[in-house]
Amino acid sequence: MFELPKEYELFRGVVRDFAAAEVAPHVARWDRESYFPTELMPKMGELGLFGLVVPEEYGGADPGEGAFTYLCVAIEELGRVDQSIGITLSAGVGLGINPILTFGSHEQKERWLPDLVAGRALAGFGLTEPEAGSDAGATATTARLEDGQWVVNGSKAFITNAGTPITSVVSVTARTGTKPNGSAEISAIILPNGTPGFTVDPPYHKLGWHISDTHGLSFSDVRVPEENLLGERGHGFRQFLATLDDGRIAISALALGCIQACLEMATEYAKTRIAFGRPIGANQGVSFQISDLAVMAESARVLTYKAAWLKDEHTHGRRSLEEVKRAASIAKLYSTEAAVAATRIATQIFGGNGFMEEYPVARFYRDAKILEIGEGTSEIQRMVLARLLGLPSD
Amino acid sequence: MNIVVCVKHVPDAQGDRTFRESDNTTDRANVDGLLSELDEYAVETALQLVEADGGEVTVVTMGPDQASDAIKKALQMGADKGVHICDDALHGSDAVATSLVLAKAIEKLGPVDLVVTGMASTDGTMGVVPAMLAERLGLPQVTFASEISVADGAVTIRRDGDAGSQTIRSGLPALVSVTDQINEPRYPSFKGIMAAKKKPVESWTLADVGVGPDEVGLGAAWTTVSSFAARPPRGAGTIVSDDGTGADQLVAFLSERKFV
Ligand SMILES: Cc1cc2nc3c(=O)[nH]c(=O)nc-3n(C[C@H](O)[C@H](O)[C@H](O)COP(=O)(O)OP(=O)(O)OC[C@H]3O[C@@H](n4cnc5c(N)ncnc54)[C@H](O)[C@@H]3O)c2cc1C
Repeated sequence: MFELPKEYELFRGVVRDFAAAEVAPHVARWDRESYFPTELMPKMGELGLFGLVVPEEYGGADPGEGAFTYLCVAIEELGRVDQSIGITLSAGVGLGINPILTFGSHEQKERWLPDLVAGRALAGFGLTEPEAGSDAGATATTARLEDGQWVVNGSKAFITNAGTPITSVVSVTARTGTKPNGSAEISAIILPNGTPGFTVDPPYHKLGWHISDTHGLSFSDVRVPEENLLGERGHGFRQFLATLDDGRIAISALALGCIQACLEMATEYAKTRIAFGRPIGANQGVSFQISDLAVMAESARVLTYKAAWLKDEHTHGRRSLEEVKRAASIAKLYSTEAAVAATRIATQIFGGNGFMEEYPVARFYRDAKILEIGEGTSEIQRMVLARLLGLPSD
Repeated sequence: MNIVVCVKHVPDAQGDRTFRESDNTTDRANVDGLLSELDEYAVETALQLVEADGGEVTVVTMGPDQASDAIKKALQMGADKGVHICDDALHGSDAVATSLVLAKAIEKLGPVDLVVTGMASTDGTMGVVPAMLAERLGLPQVTFASEISVADGAVTIRRDGDAGSQTIRSGLPALVSVTDQINEPRYPSFKGIMAAKKKPVESWTLADVGVGPDEVGLGAAWTTVSSFAARPPRGAGTIVSDDGTGADQLVAFLSERKFV
């Protein structure tokens, strides 16, 4: 009851081998050069990582049962080696593929999914704007229908996988009108990269996630066919909320990979680093902290996979959405805050070496912070939970 | 084309490999095992050949219960079916007995165009089973292939040596052993892992392949391991601090050991 079935562990072994051979040897350089490894994407595609939740007719390998849990295993294992590669998969599936898969028409799926699943292309999801982050409903980007075309104007901020050499599309939320009650009507629209007026801004200078691709986007009279509406008009915000839970569980899996890496690195180092004539791990001041890392890893693991399991059960109608939401927020909140704490502890155990980029722990330290911010900040998770607990809100 | 690949389940070289105190045989129970890395090249070779020309890949292994994991890995990579010869009497078998059992199993499988093996196992590293197996099956043996092609009922390989490379051609059926230079073995894909669950694996006993218990096992082995000792732990090494003669000391160290 408290461990994943054998098939999942078998798959974990394959992803672990892949990460050790194809990712680990290169990440220090990729990170230093802020290089996005386009060439890795088709290899991840061949392994089937982008297609875990996608039916076969669009090139995927959805196993029917447990698809999302498999995805979390893959994100955890990639994240254990490098967080940027982990988020590239997480966002590639959760933000790129998932909205098209869930809300797209058959034509949209046929057109975009096979390349995305194969890792020949990547897609982004543009929700956040310079003036609309946690308060995503404040979207200022507009789209008006003109002669059978959407004309999009505005901008997006911090969009993952939006500017890689193989990015094919970005789905964006935009105001398409005003509802009878006066609130904004928000819809999602698919914008192919390269459409005239669609500018990918220069990459950000980030604290961490150097390998992951993040761009601001600007739209100036970007015209796309009316059929590029994703899902129903006016449902953009609701649709986005529906995909959020998955993203939160995926980030929890990514944070778990980070904690697990910290635990392994710190344990190894504390056994071998000698100070005052004995391994530093012989001091309880050090070993107790590593015990705490083990508790964090175990807690994050149980919360992540419980949420993933609920999500898979919900897919088959056996669990309610509310249960998934609650579990997703709890897992995301705990795992990401634990990951930040874990990197702080692990770096401290490495002493001066922990501050040196020769040691991966330094990269994990820089990479962890964003986990508490993206896909809903810790504060937003606490708000969600408070609301689910029935606490008063305004 | 009908291809049989012989694979071996070996103790993970990353783990603490050891021998059993009771009979000096390799301890296979207390160490995690895996498909011998060198056999992955054989599986990949077979898969590429049938992907190009059609056919079927059967993986055969001889070994204890957990050896079925080696078959499973090959099936996940894309092989079609597996045969696992598993019998308590096989414990302690040497290369001679192994080649006998594999040969009988392959004969039982019926007509085959190509038998592919790795160049050696990563545990015993004797590298003699391919040759013995070819002899027993009466097949031409083309070993240590670093390149392979099949056309017009013949197989052509390149064998790299110290002084040059040979191109060797043989009619089919034949046995080919391959090196780690021949290809880049694939990772099992998620689809492959799922599909493997439904692929047939047969489990055969010694009786099924028509080999008597007295022909195999520790008792029938042509050699015995009379004792073993763990490799002594590494010494501390010498630290040369440079007082102006550092380079001389290094050269002296290297020439003493005939490195320069
Ligand atoms: C590297 C990176 C990649 C990203 N990728 C994507 C992407 O692919 N697609 C996308 O759409 N977005 C993406 N984002 C955006 C990310 O989701 C937002 O940054 C995040 O949701 C926070 O929004 P914000 O930055 O506007 O912060 P704000 O909303 O301005 O929040 C600032 C602070 O105020 C707090 N706060 C806000 N409201 C409340 C409240 N009501 N009560 C208590 N505290 C509150 C927040 O928790 C936070 O601490 C990415 C961001 C980064 C940095």
